Amino acid sequence: MALELQAVSRVVKGQVHIQPTTLTLEKGTMNVLLGPTLSGKTSLMRLMAGLDAPTTGRLMWHGQDVTGVRVQDRKVAMVYQQFINYPAMSVYDNIASPLRLMGRDKAAIDRAVRETAEMLKLTPMLDRKPLELSGGQQQRCALARALVKGAGLVLLDEPLANLDYKLREELRAEIPRIFEESGAIFVYATTEPEEALLLGGNTATLWEGRVTQFGPTPTVYRQPADATTARVFSDPPMNFVSCFKEGHRMNFGGNANAPADGAFAGLPDGRYTAGFRANHLHLNTHSGSAVEFRCTLGVSEITGSETFLHLAHGEDRWVGLIHGVHDLTPGTEVSVWLDPAHVYIFDAEGRLAAPAAYAAAA
Amino acid sequence: MAQITLKNLAHSYHPTPKGEQDFALKEMDHVWQDGGAYALLGSSGCGKTTLLNIISGLLRPSQGRVLFGDRDVTDAETAERNIAQVFQFPVVYDTMTVRDNLAFPLRNRGKDAAYIARRVDQIARMIGMETILDRKARGLTADAKQKISLGRGMVREDVNAILFDEPLTVIDPHMKWELRTQLKQLHREFGHTMIYVTHDQTEALTFADKVVVMYDGRVVQMGTPEELFETPAHTFVGYFIGSPGMNLLPAEIRGSTAHLQGAAVPLGAAYGPISGRTQIGIRPEYAVLTEGDGLPIAIRRVEDVGRHRIVRGEVAGQMISVIAPEGMPVGSALTHVRFTPDRINVYADDWRVAPAEGAV
Amino acid sequence: MEKTQNNKAWFLVLPVLVLVAFSAVIPLMTVVNYAVNDTFGNNQFFWAGLEWFDEMVNSQRLHDALGRQILFSAIILAIEVPLGIYIALNMPKKGFWASVCLVLMALPLLIPFNVVGTIWQIFGRVDIGLLGHYLAKLGFDYNYVSDPVDAWITVIVMDVWHWTSLVALLCYAGLQSIPNAYYQAARVDQASRWAVFRYIELPKMAGVLLIAVLLRFMDSFMIYTEPFVVTGGGPGNSTTFLSIDLVKMAIGQFDLGPAAAFSIMYFLVILLVSWVFYTVMTNLDKEEGK
Repeated sequence: MALELQAVSRVVKGQVHIQPTTLTLEKGTMNVLLGPTLSGKTSLMRLMAGLDAPTTGRLMWHGQDVTGVRVQDRKVAMVYQQFINYPAMSVYDNIASPLRLMGRDKAAIDRAVRETAEMLKLTPMLDRKPLELSGGQQQRCALARALVKGAGLVLLDEPLANLDYKLREELRAEIPRIFEESGAIFVYATTEPEEALLLGGNTATLWEGRVTQFGPTPTVYRQPADATTARVFSDPPMNFVSCFKEGHRMNFGGNANAPADGAFAGLPDGRYTAGFRANHLHLNTHSGSAVEFRCTLGVSEITGSETFLHLAHGEDRWVGLIHGVHDLTPGTEVSVWLDPAHVYIFDAEGRLAAPAAYAAAA
Repeated sequence: MAQITLKNLAHSYHPTPKGEQDFALKEMDHVWQDGGAYALLGSSGCGKTTLLNIISGLLRPSQGRVLFGDRDVTDAETAERNIAQVFQFPVVYDTMTVRDNLAFPLRNRGKDAAYIARRVDQIARMIGMETILDRKARGLTADAKQKISLGRGMVREDVNAILFDEPLTVIDPHMKWELRTQLKQLHREFGHTMIYVTHDQTEALTFADKVVVMYDGRVVQMGTPEELFETPAHTFVGYFIGSPGMNLLPAEIRGSTAHLQGAAVPLGAAYGPISGRTQIGIRPEYAVLTEGDGLPIAIRRVEDVGRHRIVRGEVAGQMISVIAPEGMPVGSALTHVRFTPDRINVYADDWRVAPAEGAV
Repeated sequence: MEKTQNNKAWFLVLPVLVLVAFSAVIPLMTVVNYAVNDTFGNNQFFWAGLEWFDEMVNSQRLHDALGRQILFSAIILAIEVPLGIYIALNMPKKGFWASVCLVLMALPLLIPFNVVGTIWQIFGRVDIGLLGHYLAKLGFDYNYVSDPVDAWITVIVMDVWHWTSLVALLCYAGLQSIPNAYYQAARVDQASRWAVFRYIELPKMAGVLLIAVLLRFMDSFMIYTEPFVVTGGGPGNSTTFLSIDLVKMAIGQFDLGPAAAFSIMYFLVILLVSWVFYTVMTNLDKEEGK
């Protein structure tokens, strides 16, 4: 029971919203669509649901072609960013509404509604109207309504974006549990890399209507296929520095160079772009092979037990996520250390030339 | 620039409030220092927007006085208070160009053209819009419009304070980084009093020198990001700050040991006799997984967040979170968890208890 | 946005199409028929070609009526649109009084046209009308039956009384859609009342204002019942607007040919103006949507 997209694309009035995409989503998997606003997440989900018809390509469900099938005839459920519930009906009726439309009998409806409400912790609120509930509870109601009909495909379009930070954390912890219990294919769109990591499953990174990479989430995170994927899947933003390989050494500018070991050894000589994540910068030489960079500090931001350092390295702007509280004065010269094992090398077209050693080992 | 004082301030949206629960803002006295960068942190409905609107004059408080410096401005109109406010949703005058949008507040105050042009260029460069100054504001994207809103809020130099009401909500994560840094730099350069309302604790902690945490219409704690992180005065602050929040376990405190469900946990200091419901609070960052040292833990889930891992497990019948560094393998050999003693806070009826003697 | 095709919708539209064909298209064809033939209505037709159109285009009487009509529409729009906007800006936005105001505004719109005409006809009479009587008492020499200027004033005031509410209600709806944050921001920016109107309210109202102007233009250009009931087109033909003239020609003088030709031209003028407005409106929408 899988959903297959075969070379599906969508062009509206000459503008390409989705480039030809081929994806297979297996039964019982959680799939995250990660990308900035307007990268095509909602468009892609609408194509999967059948709300829009693809310009080219076909959609297969259980091996059957469902490209022209209306959305009402597909077993799809969708949850939106704005908590959408029927305002005049109680929570019980809201959750029961899809089942009533399907013509189930009262006893079966009652059982299904109570089970789903229990799963989403809505049982004490079954008699209230949605507008009397808090934001988080309203979204749970929308979720319950989506899950109760046992659809094979559940689409969630940034469902937690309108909720408070802490509430988002709580609901996000529950979504994997709910997902496991339902056994459907889940597709979850978000702009935040951290959410993708917390949800697990598979991730598809989107950029300007194109799926740049699709695979198990930790793999896409640690082994990005190109610089775009790495950029999309980093928060804080990924840092880049241009480097070149000469003989047996990788030169990162100035005195910063390191022996070209492991995957780097196989690279042809020439210019590359090195990318590394913010949390791999350290304020001390933490390992024997660490390379030192001299930077100027812009601003330092303290978040509880960690510090964000905004650094300028020549023309490059970097962000470092340093453990501990460091209240440094802006404008000072700071040395940061980076272990080449944490560096990704990208070629001139942005493709991954050499993966970071630590990622390959993990 | 002025010091803002709130005296006996309270506000109710009901015409005839009958009790404390009718008050959106419970009675408070508060001073915002001149030139400080403050964050007002709390969940939805805690009263932070109400407080902000009272300071800016968009809302008249049902009780209490607001002072700017020595001047009582409680009955003064917004225009008279000379403040700038940036709202959650981009407010942009569609028919004007970007330049005119930024110049609007200055023109309304009758500044001369040369000054306006200079100031607009300065601000435009800061928000990265110097190349599109002459475009109509209508067709721009949401985060471009919000940047214009931000710019318009900062274009006046002589404001008493700049107030931000969850301004980065509609912005993408990548853009959020740039804008936050620019706001901080702006504060460093110009030194305005800035009050930033948010429910996102990362935004609050990175922006502010002092964070004011609000809960249910009350100020629960005010302090530096470090203070709030290390020594939260209330369990709500412990829970709200930090991702994930502080772990709270019911325990009995005797001297310098906490007892929970038969196990003894050493504390960093000694405590006198405590009455009320006692708990110990330990942040996931200060809990360490070990092979035998500490309390037994049954690991239920490991979440990979990239730069570290969040391990969720059961200790003494309760779920807690532990943060494990990226490289560390979380195998079946890790059966215990140790709490760093001097990072444990003790709470009685949700309020922090100071140790019997010595510092912290 | 191409939704998945559903052709059943066309069948639902069929009955309406039949009805429209019957009540509009067929009569229109009849008029076209009359316009190109010479007839006395006794079903005998002699081909006249474009003779009637020729006569109408060159008719002095038509030009006079057209001039009066344009003047009338212009005055109406010049008064009703600003007045409507002003009323909309000053109507309360919520609460008990908002409902009261809305009902009061809606009342004039509900009255049948000929009743409106009758109300003002009696109202303005010097002998028994409240208005006429008190104006005469105050020393004004007011008589809409004999004085052309008075007749114009009466007809215009009547139309303003009848239709300004439409403009006001449409603008009110437009204003309601402005989020509160805009007003708050304007207060923070220390904007004057005029600036708030010009930069916030007017742009947001532009869409509904255009609809209001279009509706008022079309209606005033076609106006018949109200002035006819009050003045009958008089004194003389000082308030004989286009449709009143047309009816006189067709039914009074039974000049069916010229009247039919006139009708077609009338129809085309209104169609043209409406099309212009529509194009402007959709261009506004397109810009908004970008």
